[in-house]
Amino acid sequence: MKTLKYIGILLLFFAAFQSCNSDKKSNDNSSEVYQCPMQCEGDKTYAEKGSCPVCKMDLALNDNTSKLVDDPIISEESIFNLTSIWHNEEAKAIQLKDLKGKTLVMVMIYTSCKAACPRLVADMRNIESQIPDEKIKNIQFVMVSIDPETDSPEKLKAFAKENFMDDAQWTFLQGNESGVREFANVLSVKYKEISPIDFSHSNIISVFNSQGELKHQQEGLGVDNKETIATILEITP
Amino acid sequence: MKNHAFRILFTLLVFQTLMHSQSKGMVSIKGSRYIPLYGRDATVVEVKDFEMDIYPVTNREYVDFVKKYPKWQKSKSIKLFVDNSYLANWKNDLELKDSEKPESPMTYVSWFAAKDYCECQGKRLPTVDEWEYVAMADETTKDARVKPSYNQQILSWYEAPRSNENKIGQHKKNAWGVHDLHGLVWEWTLDFNSVLITGESRKDVDKDSDLFCGSASINATDLMNYAAFMRYAIRGSLKAKYSMKNLGFRCVKDRNKVK
Repeated sequence: MKTLKYIGILLLFFAAFQSCNSDKKSNDNSSEVYQCPMQCEGDKTYAEKGSCPVCKMDLALNDNTSKLVDDPIISEESIFNLTSIWHNEEAKAIQLKDLKGKTLVMVMIYTSCKAACPRLVADMRNIESQIPDEKIKNIQFVMVSIDPETDSPEKLKAFAKENFMDDAQWTFLQGNESGVREFANVLSVKYKEISPIDFSHSNIISVFNSQGELKHQQEGLGVDNKETIATILEITP
Repeated sequence: MKNHAFRILFTLLVFQTLMHSQSKGMVSIKGSRYIPLYGRDATVVEVKDFEMDIYPVTNREYVDFVKKYPKWQKSKSIKLFVDNSYLANWKNDLELKDSEKPESPMTYVSWFAAKDYCECQGKRLPTVDEWEYVAMADETTKDARVKPSYNQQILSWYEAPRSNENKIGQHKKNAWGVHDLHGLVWEWTLDFNSVLITGESRKDVDKDSDLFCGSASINATDLMNYAAFMRYAIRGSLKAKYSMKNLGFRCVKDRNKVK
């Protein structure tokens, strides 16, 4: 009989904990780290406020609890500030900043698309074919799926093979719903699910430099991609 | 023995209601199917049960937020996520200008900031469909769109200047118990970028099939709902890093998701 009572109490505790869990999470901010604003000692951090032993400046709060990493090397406009996790066609988990160092040509598509996407893909291939071979290794062509539920890495891989886009310079990305929405907003791409397998979406090809800064956007289908190619050639070593 | 089993069952039942009880400052919205102004092909959309903030987020609440999450302070926020007018009515990183009221709705905020605010509270922004669903209600009816008075009231607000400087909660709550969906500020929605209309009226007539794949499916269903037209037009013209004087937000939470 006693055990039953204990079980009851245990359940009570469990429920109480669960119901206030969300509040607790947002209050928990104890892992504050301080660092010299001039970074005299490199990445060395302190647990308490104080001054830097080298330059005597007040230590600044290092906000590494935040989701958005303040990497000093990337600029404020860089898409590498986005920290959502993606999966490429090889099912490897990556962040956008893993693509750093190459010129990025990005487009949002979904593989079950019958109307505009084949033409967008054709535009991408067309651009790729006009880039001289010695530059290709410094460029990554990235297709981001707006339908993360359907477009699994396996699907994307199959799509890549089918469209002869399986070489190293092509990357296909599957995100989560929130990450995709966020990424689309960075690109000013609009999209809407019309039915479970069909989407409306903007047809935009975006070019980023090796630091993830937006350099050019081409809007529309089958448009003259001279400017896009010129931009790519200009910013790619 | 049987007695005890009953007792346990009883306590479990009590917990059941506890676990599903409303979050503070939110009301439950019972989901349903309805026809929004712009829908999918089938025009009927389904909204699942969820909880919605009773009031839009206020200046005071946002001050607390930036204290806790310094990356959203005026000087620390990065250009990818906000434009120049972000927190334009603030004196510095932690204080509003003296002319601003703490209980006024929070505005001059970008979509990225609003989204992160909600996520930091374990909530999210409402979808367009969810927002419009709750906003169909007037004080007595959950779908008041057929009443002439409903449209008139909203439109008269759209004409009223500087409503963003008012305090929250001065309008009567609607049939769901939610305040200020109309009459104070426009509000961000999670998928505002699903409104596939361009800012230019000439383009809209053409449906612009080169810019948007499948844009022909976007047709308005209720030509009398001018107020909704204006909301969709605003959403269609926004970019996620924009901040506006009369654009705020509130959060929602999925129902049945016990944290």
